[in-house]
Amino acid sequence: MSHTRSSIILAERDGTKLKISGAEILLRSLKAEGVDTIFGYPGGAVIDIFDTLAREFSEDFNFVLVRHEQAAVHAADGYARATGRPGICLVTSGPGGTNTVTGLATAYMDSIPVIVFTGQVPTPLIGNDAFQEADIVGITRPCTKHNYLVARTEDLAPTIKEAFFIATTGRPGPILVDLPKDVVQNKAQFDYPDKIEIPTYKPNVKAHLPSVKRAAELIRQAERPVIYAGGGVITSGAHKQLYKFASLLNFPVTSTLMGLGCFPGTHPLFLGMLGMHGTFRANMAIDNADLLLAIGARFDDRVTGRVEEFARHAKIIHIDIDPTSIQKNIVVDVPIVCDAHDALSRLIEELEAKGRSQKADEKLKEWHSKLTVWRNQQRQRFDRTADIIKPQFVIEKLYELTKGNAIITTEVGQNQMWAAQYYLFDNPRTFLSSGGLGAMGYGFPAAIGAQVAYPDRIVIDIAGDGSIQMNIQELATVVQYKLPVKIAILNNGYLGMVRQWQERFYDRVYAHTDITVAPDFVKLAEAYGAVGLRATKSSEVENVIKDSLKTNGPVIIDFVVDREEGVYPMVPAGAPLKEMILV
Amino acid sequence: MENRKVISALVENKPGVLARVAGMFSGRSFNIDSLNVAPTVNPEFSRMTIVTHGNEAIFEQIIKQLRKLINISKVQDLTRGDYVDRELVLIKVKATSIKRAEALRIVEIFRARIVDVAQDNLTIEVTGSQGKIEAILELLSSLGILEVIRTGTVAIPRGRKGLKAGDGGD
Repeated sequence: MSHTRSSIILAERDGTKLKISGAEILLRSLKAEGVDTIFGYPGGAVIDIFDTLAREFSEDFNFVLVRHEQAAVHAADGYARATGRPGICLVTSGPGGTNTVTGLATAYMDSIPVIVFTGQVPTPLIGNDAFQEADIVGITRPCTKHNYLVARTEDLAPTIKEAFFIATTGRPGPILVDLPKDVVQNKAQFDYPDKIEIPTYKPNVKAHLPSVKRAAELIRQAERPVIYAGGGVITSGAHKQLYKFASLLNFPVTSTLMGLGCFPGTHPLFLGMLGMHGTFRANMAIDNADLLLAIGARFDDRVTGRVEEFARHAKIIHIDIDPTSIQKNIVVDVPIVCDAHDALSRLIEELEAKGRSQKADEKLKEWHSKLTVWRNQQRQRFDRTADIIKPQFVIEKLYELTKGNAIITTEVGQNQMWAAQYYLFDNPRTFLSSGGLGAMGYGFPAAIGAQVAYPDRIVIDIAGDGSIQMNIQELATVVQYKLPVKIAILNNGYLGMVRQWQERFYDRVYAHTDITVAPDFVKLAEAYGAVGLRATKSSEVENVIKDSLKTNGPVIIDFVVDREEGVYPMVPAGAPLKEMILV
Repeated sequence: MENRKVISALVENKPGVLARVAGMFSGRSFNIDSLNVAPTVNPEFSRMTIVTHGNEAIFEQIIKQLRKLINISKVQDLTRGDYVDRELVLIKVKATSIKRAEALRIVEIFRARIVDVAQDNLTIEVTGSQGKIEAILELLSSLGILEVIRTGTVAIPRGRKGLKAGDGGD
């Protein structure tokens, strides 16, 4: 057993410094960073860290033992998305590390601050193909913002400081810190740095003023403007500025999947999501706009459709903190490299000092009438009177019965798109979804992370019967920690999104997308000690949702839905946005 | 080569930095024609000279993606200004008695050097810009080139523009 903390404090008072183990340095560093929750899984290479954690830090950290390391990273990611604070993971070497790769890639694509600590074989064994050895730094280099192999115990504290700094600043992202067993066992003095200076990393960029002025001028003259807001608005905490900006100018707002919640989903200026499964009016607005203001968004191919025709009549202003996002997919007229919060604040100042011309505002009125026409042209997209359960109906009911106040996580595929379309998000950090990577199996562990962060809120994973089986083992975790996560499975017996593509574009050859051979999800929930409910008719939907919300514990609701329902509108991959399939 | 670009990057002299740069290029399907790396006067930093090609949009991405890597201090596009570039090449050519005189003449014209002589071949060392290297290789090819080893380009800006840590090299 290593030195107790009181003996360290005594030693510090004497002006001498006791040496403490790397394991203790790690945990004290995490405390210094304000960490209170760790998601992880033990193993041989991290046994000393777990031992120190249990013996000396059990009061300091809420440790959540998952049942698969991938879930640990997704849970940390969900925790980070829900709170804005970095999510922390601790796993062992070799397979422990390799199992984190999908979680890291998810966090990397969506710019989420996650820090993964992996065990590693002792330094003298590295490179010897030792038991449970993997070159995890090499493996995760392309899916982390940065990563480290800590070579000496003395390097631990400064490396952890750097890791937190890099993960949470600039465009945030995941960091992996690899900890060889001897580095964790050896002792060193502990000095946690207050500040860190990384000469090669300068993340704080201020807006270039002449560009802000040029942007403001375009905004003053715009007749058919659209604000296209992305996840960067949420990351930078700029949702209030966005609200102020859009209200000041009376500009319509569309958002990406990652941006949902950055502008109130119930607001009359909100057009809904744009892109492949965006609303008719949002996509028509993009196609007809004369000014597009992209904020914290990156012109992903699922957003733009055919790039050559994206916003073809519009001047484009692009605000992004990551210079690589600018001019990558789309040529823009006014790039502004900086944080969305800073850019919007400056634009508001400019436009409050000098507003728009009356002529431009007259034209803006016409633009709004056009947007209303498109809103009304959009067809009703599903049959609310059907006896069979329409998946969209389930989402609408979830919205209604939670009064829009739940934290929603999703899996990937149809469930994700219906959740994005039919649940209206009024607040940031309430829609957690694997946007960039599109990792099935994300939603359930992410819900665990969000529920751990907010034990009193309603957290619902909107799932498909395919995705939920990718991390179903986490039922044990929610039961162990009494986390009242609700899992709404839209069960259609298909890998529905792929099936939808096969129906539309592959002559209805349903190659390996029928997954009717599946567990009985109600019994499965019960087998784990959770509650299982089922609805097979639309008349049952409301009651099972109410029952689940009344249940003070984890619940699976198996909604047996229309097998052939599709997600519409749909822009075929590579087609221009205006070429939407509506039914 | 069309749109040849020479990039000079000042990077931290730490393990894994070369892998980060090489991985960024391969992961994003950018080309590397040559890459040379060695420590600077300050041993904490290394300088990389990367020769690449591609259209302007791709090249802009290459520069930005390099700057985004945490261990990279400065990135400079040397082709935007005046610069000197050199490459060292070792060339083994067939040189039987009849051809030997011609080989020696070419060596003299290009101010190259003979660094090894064997019964029926010569090894030539030549240093120069890309144009010079291509020219000598073309002339020697008529003799029969057995093997060529190239260092890849190293380059430095002309005049005072430097690329030290802490100055405005980018």
